[in-house]
Amino acid sequence: MADQLINQVLWPVIYILCIVLPLVIAVAMFVYWERKVIGWMHVRLGPNKIGPFGILQAFADVVKLLIKEVILPTKANRFLYFLAPLIALIPALAAWAVIPFSGQMVLSNANAGILYLLAMTSMGVYGIIIAGWASNSRYALLGAMRSAAQVISYELAMGLCLVCVLVLAGSLNLTEIVNAQAGSKGILEWFMWPLLPVFVIYFISGVAETNRAPFDMAEGESEIVAGFHVEYSGSAFAIFFLAEYANMILISFLASILFLGGWLSPFPASWGFIGHGGFIWLFIKAFMMSFLFLWFRATFPRYRYDQIMRLGWKVLIPIAIVWVMVAGCLKYFDVVTVGMGA
Amino acid sequence: MNPQTLQLICFYAFSFVTVAAALSVISLKNTVHAVLALVLTFFSAACLWLLLEAEFLALALIVVYVGAVMVLFLFVVMMLDIDQEKMREGFVKFLPVGLIVAVVMLVEMLGLVGVRAMNAHVLGENPAVAAGMSNTEWLGHALYTTFLLPFEIAALILTVGVVAAVALTLRERRDARYETPSQQVRVDPRNRVRIVKMAAVRPDEPTASQEPQP
Amino acid sequence: MNTMIRFFKSLLLIELFQGMGLTMRYMFKPKYTVRYPMEHIPKSNRFRGLHALRRYANGEERCIACKLCEAVCPALAITIDSAPRESDGQRRTTRYDIDLFKCIYCGFCEESCPVDSIVETSIHEYHFENRGENVVNKQQLLAIGDRFEQQIAADRAQDAAYR
Repeated sequence: MADQLINQVLWPVIYILCIVLPLVIAVAMFVYWERKVIGWMHVRLGPNKIGPFGILQAFADVVKLLIKEVILPTKANRFLYFLAPLIALIPALAAWAVIPFSGQMVLSNANAGILYLLAMTSMGVYGIIIAGWASNSRYALLGAMRSAAQVISYELAMGLCLVCVLVLAGSLNLTEIVNAQAGSKGILEWFMWPLLPVFVIYFISGVAETNRAPFDMAEGESEIVAGFHVEYSGSAFAIFFLAEYANMILISFLASILFLGGWLSPFPASWGFIGHGGFIWLFIKAFMMSFLFLWFRATFPRYRYDQIMRLGWKVLIPIAIVWVMVAGCLKYFDVVTVGMGA
Repeated sequence: MNPQTLQLICFYAFSFVTVAAALSVISLKNTVHAVLALVLTFFSAACLWLLLEAEFLALALIVVYVGAVMVLFLFVVMMLDIDQEKMREGFVKFLPVGLIVAVVMLVEMLGLVGVRAMNAHVLGENPAVAAGMSNTEWLGHALYTTFLLPFEIAALILTVGVVAAVALTLRERRDARYETPSQQVRVDPRNRVRIVKMAAVRPDEPTASQEPQP
Repeated sequence: MNTMIRFFKSLLLIELFQGMGLTMRYMFKPKYTVRYPMEHIPKSNRFRGLHALRRYANGEERCIACKLCEAVCPALAITIDSAPRESDGQRRTTRYDIDLFKCIYCGFCEESCPVDSIVETSIHEYHFENRGENVVNKQQLLAIGDRFEQQIAADRAQDAAYR
C-alpha cells in the first residue's frame, strides 16, 4: 500500500516539481534576458542595477508584484475575475507534461502528444477572454475580443503545420517524432528542411498564439492601454505574466522538437562526442528559438487587426494547406527518409 | 485501492461535474456564465472519454469544441446586450408548453433507447486493442479505408456549407473607404516623387511692364 | 516580371530579414547609455540651475534691493521686501524668497541684476522632502552662494568675454 502510494503519487509529484520549478525560474531569467536583449537592440544597456549585470532584476520585480495590492474593480465578477489568471496559467504549465527532454526524460509519453498540446494551447485563450469579460472594463473586453479572434485564426494554421509534421513522422507521439528525425546526416535529417515554409508558418503562428509582438494587439498599449489585463495588479497580473512567458518557452521547445530534431545533435553520430544527443542540445535549440521572440519584438511594429486576420487566413493557411499536400507527396514517394525510431 | 475502484470514482466525479454543468447551462441567468458552464460540460465529457481510452475523440472534442467553437460562442454572447429582467418574465406563462415539449422529448428518447436496447448486442472487444494499435491510429485506418466515402462526403458537405455561409454574409460595401495592404506595400517611391537636380537660378529682374499697376 | 519579383520578395520575407539584420547589428554597437548617478555628461558653464545670492570678496552681500529681478521675473517667483539696514542705514533686502516650483529657470533675474548678485548656478541635483521647502529664503540663497562661490565665479569668468 505504501509502496503503491509512493510510486503512483509521490514520484509523479516530484517529477512535476522538477519541471515546473525550473520553468518558473526560467521564466524569470527569460524576462531579464528579454529586457537585456531589447535594451541592446535599442542601443541601451537594459537592467544593470540589481545584482551583477542586473541578473536579479526579475526576482526583484516578482517581489514587488507579490506585495502589491490586488485590486478588484467595482461591478467586476469576483469569482471569474480571480479564476481567469489561473485558467491562463494551468494549460501553460500542463502542456509541459508531454515534452520529451531527451529519449528517456519525459513525464508522460502519451500516444496523442501533439493533440494534447493542441488542446492545452487552445485552452489558454479562455483565461484571456474571461479576464477581459470579468474585469467589467471596455478596454479589457476589446482586448479579449481581439485575442479570441486572433488565437482561433492562428490555431488553424498551427494545426495544419502540425499535420505536416505528423504526416512525415507517422506518429502523434513527440518522442517518436524526434526519433523520426534521427539519421546519419545529423542536421540534414531534421524536418526543418523538407518543411521549411511550414516551420516558418508554425513559428509565426506560435508568436501570434502567445500574443507577442508584432501580434500583441490583445495588449495594444497604444490603443487599448493593456488589453485584457488592464484591471489586474499585483500577484494576479504576475500570474498572467508567468503564463505568457511559459507559453513562449513552450512554443520554443515545440518548434525545436517538431522541426529541429529535439535532443538530437546537429552533427552526424560518427563525429564522436559532439555527435551524441542529449537534453543540452534541446535547450540550446529552444534558447535560440526563444531569442527569436525577443528579436521580433525589437524589430517589428505591431500589426493592425485587419492585417493580422488577412495574414492568418489569406496567407498562412493557404500555404500550410499546400504544404500538407507536398508533405503527403514527400512521404508517399519516399523522398524523405524517416529515421529508425518510427 | 485497486485501479478499478479509482476509475469508478473518477467516472462518477466526472459524470457528476458533467451533469451539474449541463444543468447550470440551462438554469443560469447570465448568458456568459451559461456558456462557460457549457465549456465545463464539454471538458468533463472529454475527461469521461479519456477514461474510456478514446483519447483521440476526447482531445478532438477539446480542440474543436472547447478551443474553437465555444470561443466563438463566447465571442458572440459577450457582444449581445441582453435585458436580464425581460428574460425572467413569462416563466410561468410558458411553463406548460415547456413541460409538454420536455415530456414528449423524454418519451421519444426512452422509446428510442428501449428499441435499441431490445435488439442491441453487447459492446464487442475494443477493436483498437484487438488490432494492437493506438486508438488514434485505428480511427485513422477506419476513416480512410472502410469509411472513406462517407468521410469525404461529409468533408465536401462541410466545405459547401462554409462557402455558402461566406457567400450569404459577404457583402462588398461600395461606400466604405479602405486600403489594401498589398497595394500599400507595392508602392515605389520612385513612381510618386521625382527628385530633380538643378543649379540655383535667380528669377529675372521684374521689368517695368510686369510691375503691378497701382 | 516586376510582379513576380515583388511576389517572391514578400514570400521570402526579404524585407523582414533585412530589418532583423539591422536590429542584430545594433545589438553589438557601443551603447549610448550614461549611468547617470555615477557618470555625468559635460555641462555648459551657462547652465541655469539652482539660484544663489553672491557676496563681495569682503563678505558684504551684493544685493541692493533694486527689485529689478522681481520685476522681470515672468513667473512671479521672486518676492522681495526691503528696508534700511539697522547698522548703517543702507538699502538692503529683509526678505528674498524664490519659489522654485514657479521658477522656470529662464535666467532673466541674473541678466537684470546690476550687481551680479542673484545668479543661477550649475547645480541641478537637488530635491525637497517636505511641503514648503520649495520656497528658498535669503539665508539659504546666501549660503548656497557662499558654498559654491568658486564655481560660480569660474563660470562667470569663462563667459565674461561674450557678455
